Amino acid sequence: MSAAAAVAWQGFRGACLALPVLAAAVLAGAMIGETALAPDLVLSVLANKLAGAGLPVDPVDQGIIWSYRLPRALVAAACGAALAVAGVVLQALLRNALADPYILGISAGASTGAVAVTIAGLGGGALSLSFGAFNGALLAFGFVAILARAAGAGGSRAAAAQIVLAGIAGSQLFNALTAFIIAKSANADQARGIMFWLMGNLSGVRWPDVWLAVPLALAGWVTCRFHARALDAFTFGSDSAASLGIPVRRVQVVLIFATALMTAVMVSIVGSIGFVGLVIPHAARFLVGPGHRRLMPAAALTGAVFLIAADIVSRIIIPGQVLPIGVVTALIGAPSFAVILVRGQRTAR
Amino acid sequence: MRIEARNLSFSVRGKTLLQDVSLAVQPGETLALVGPNGSGKSTLMRLLSGLAKPSNGEVLLADQPLASLTRREIAQRIAIVEQQADTAERITARSVVELGRTPWLSALKPWSSEDTQMVDKALHTVDMEGFARREWATLSGGERQRLHIARALAQRPGLLLLDEPTNHLDIHHQLSILNCIRNLQVTTVVALHDLNQALTCDRVAVLSHGRLVAIGAPGEALDPETVSGIFGIKARWVRDGEGADPFLSFQLA
Repeated sequence: MSAAAAVAWQGFRGACLALPVLAAAVLAGAMIGETALAPDLVLSVLANKLAGAGLPVDPVDQGIIWSYRLPRALVAAACGAALAVAGVVLQALLRNALADPYILGISAGASTGAVAVTIAGLGGGALSLSFGAFNGALLAFGFVAILARAAGAGGSRAAAAQIVLAGIAGSQLFNALTAFIIAKSANADQARGIMFWLMGNLSGVRWPDVWLAVPLALAGWVTCRFHARALDAFTFGSDSAASLGIPVRRVQVVLIFATALMTAVMVSIVGSIGFVGLVIPHAARFLVGPGHRRLMPAAALTGAVFLIAADIVSRIIIPGQVLPIGVVTALIGAPSFAVILVRGQRTAR
Repeated sequence: MRIEARNLSFSVRGKTLLQDVSLAVQPGETLALVGPNGSGKSTLMRLLSGLAKPSNGEVLLADQPLASLTRREIAQRIAIVEQQADTAERITARSVVELGRTPWLSALKPWSSEDTQMVDKALHTVDMEGFARREWATLSGGERQRLHIARALAQRPGLLLLDEPTNHLDIHHQLSILNCIRNLQVTTVVALHDLNQALTCDRVAVLSHGRLVAIGAPGEALDPETVSGIFGIKARWVRDGEGADPFLSFQLA
């Protein structure tokens, strides 16, 4: 077998392993909820909708599965995978175990954009919440990038710290702006609604969101996976990567832009979901080791399954009420992160 | 592989770190770079490796301007071992050395058994085969430094640049690393603090305040008078009773 064929075979084997797991998770997402639905019912709906099988299914059940739960599960998968991959990339590029998409202030900016459109009425009703969030996210990321650059971030070890500090400054600023807009313009109902959205919410997800989230997550993943070897070369810093033949500046720009775009789009669809970008990369590293060729698919799969599971929990944990998914991810994520930190310390010694 | 520096200068924010340095290293030669802290050794290393661009002058690698090569082409020719390159990743010793193959791999040319052999050979050269599966965090300073050298060797470079490779190592590891470097069939430039270690190289270049003040055979370039002036000490040749080569002895002036 030639070397190229061996690589193709590895990719095929990986897909054979990952896709059934992902499919099972999506199936579970479509089955479990306030009314539990049987797996064969879900499959019948799929057969009807995708192949026009014309099987007899209760239209209400069909509506729940096709219009609500399936898009929800698919967006959760895309979002979890994208955030986890973004976390992997940022942790490698910035050489900081605490880096995640939120550290760049992207989520804070998205929140500001969302409240600027929905509450302060920016754009006079012509702009959607998602559009506002997306632009806010890019604006915040631009602010953080410029600040980090002005602070002398070149590529050294200190530079990695600079961008994290710039991200913290950016997050604080945009969070303050969000609070300011809410305090100034929102009535009590609006404030409650926006707080709910800010903590992450998949309730409003429909098929058009799937057509945005899934292709973007796939494209983002392919871009990042393509740079796996380059990310490995950053193990000893950007100078070391350069001496191994990596065009450091280009890789940094491409990958940071890809992660910013993925995060901005995901946040604009579902709001801020914390801890996925931080915890999942560590969990995946624990499972398959630090090499990015295996880490990238592992993190994407773990993130996707984790977020589908978190969404299911958020729907069923309080009967008759949906919990913001950000609350679930934080409740699971924070203790797991503590465990990872402590374990990491122990084995390092 | 021959490397030549022509009138290299480098300044950053109006501060000149290196001024008008010209030197050439012949194929197979080992050149030691010595000089006080801040004399420009690391800067010269960065310019020679293309990690920094000179403000003036140029670097020629096998008569080709370094500036005309891509990062990948440079990495296929020059390997550099930096001072204190460390990581928090839980990476194994073997995967550190595997990084050295990066400039030779691409989507069309994935990892092959040939790459595995080169990694094996590099580990063998620095005598670290037994450590291949160990995690980075569990290795000592000397073992890490030897792995960095093995990583550089796995790059199959025509030129090896080493920035103070014996720093922070005990005397046994210092000598074994220097021995390992001397036995390599590669053109090497090595920045050293220990002048007596520099004496064992083919030629020595002496830097002071960003200028090249002497270059030549170790005995001439490290002439006690030059050394005394540059480091602000008193140096003299000493010979021990065994009749071996003379070495330098120092005291404060």
